[in-house]
Amino acid sequence: MSHLLREHAPITEEGWSRLDDEARERVIPALAARKLVDFEGPRGWTHSATDLGRTENVADAPEGIEAATRGVLPLVEARASFAVARPELADADRGAEDIDLDELDAAAVRIATAENVAVFGGWSTAGITGIAEATTHDHIALGEDCERYPRHVAKAVDALRAAGIDGPYGMALGPEAHTNVLETSQHGGYPLLEHLREILGGPLVWAPGVEGAVVLSVGGGHFLFESGQDLSIGYASHDAQSVQLYLEESFSFRVATPEAAVALTP
Amino acid sequence: MGTDQYHEPPEELPAATRTFARLCTSLTEEAEAIGWYEQRLALEPDRDARAIMRDAQGEEFKHFCMDLEFLLRRSPLWREIAEGILFQEGDIVEHGEEAEEEAVEGEAERGAPLSTGESLGIGGRGEGAQ
Repeated sequence: MSHLLREHAPITEEGWSRLDDEARERVIPALAARKLVDFEGPRGWTHSATDLGRTENVADAPEGIEAATRGVLPLVEARASFAVARPELADADRGAEDIDLDELDAAAVRIATAENVAVFGGWSTAGITGIAEATTHDHIALGEDCERYPRHVAKAVDALRAAGIDGPYGMALGPEAHTNVLETSQHGGYPLLEHLREILGGPLVWAPGVEGAVVLSVGGGHFLFESGQDLSIGYASHDAQSVQLYLEESFSFRVATPEAAVALTP
Repeated sequence: MGTDQYHEPPEELPAATRTFARLCTSLTEEAEAIGWYEQRLALEPDRDARAIMRDAQGEEFKHFCMDLEFLLRRSPLWREIAEGILFQEGDIVEHGEEAEEEAVEGEAERGAPLSTGESLGIGGRGEGAQ
């Protein structure tokens, strides 16, 4: 049995299948970071740290000895708890298609958003420096006028090219900016989304948790996400009314090429 | 060829699984070519022709090994089993049974998912990009 303790939950195989399917359906659209950065793993629950390939000298080594400690980045464990009513699970077993999984849906968006925030904005207490924090380029203000987005994005792409960073380039767009892009057609009715995609040459992704946008190279090798345990549902406890569950993952993230991204502030 | 290499609807498969499937197909093709050259070499009497075929078969060996190494890198459980079987002296079947048992049990103990196991199996998915 794994540490997720799923066998202890009063949930049938069909019930687990419904929960996993629902979680997958809700979490994938919100997982923006994984669509744009390198993904390594999953390496399993016991994988605790990412090897950084660096060392730090140990000052008080015994005389005649040179000593160093290996540099590692610890994986962060992230967990989003939720409950499912037992009558709903029983109805699912009867074949009901409209069972109430609102708490699961909210947990899925919560954990995906936390992952996006860590990758793009950083999570200093977990040892993660985000892409927007690490970038060596000046931030570009997106502003209110959506018609000017192509100009800002082209400027960001130019900055990356000038720094010797190859494309294709992608963009993580915060929810507000994303809505603006979808709703906007430029002169002549040409969709803004299409125009931005042409400038980037790569994906444009809805990124809950991101404020403004981030333009980055998706050429690979610049932004490194390492998964320990990939997103999974585990069991915590239950009573007569409900089952307490959680969505959980462990991961680390590091920026290898700070100059490979430009942050666009709201 | 087209999409014959997929057993499931390709549009429903994650990009990483499609790549994995392509390399599995490539591995199969290289193994077939190795077998064909082996048969030709067994019958061909012309020394020059044999030299060319041997050289060509060497290319297929290389391609097969590169395909295999890629697949093993993407499949830790497969890699662990392979390590217990490949380049070992002794009884191949015995090594195979031992390697499978150790790798599967070891992975379960470490908490790593078997295949996608209990996880949602999401990985580095590119779906949803516009």
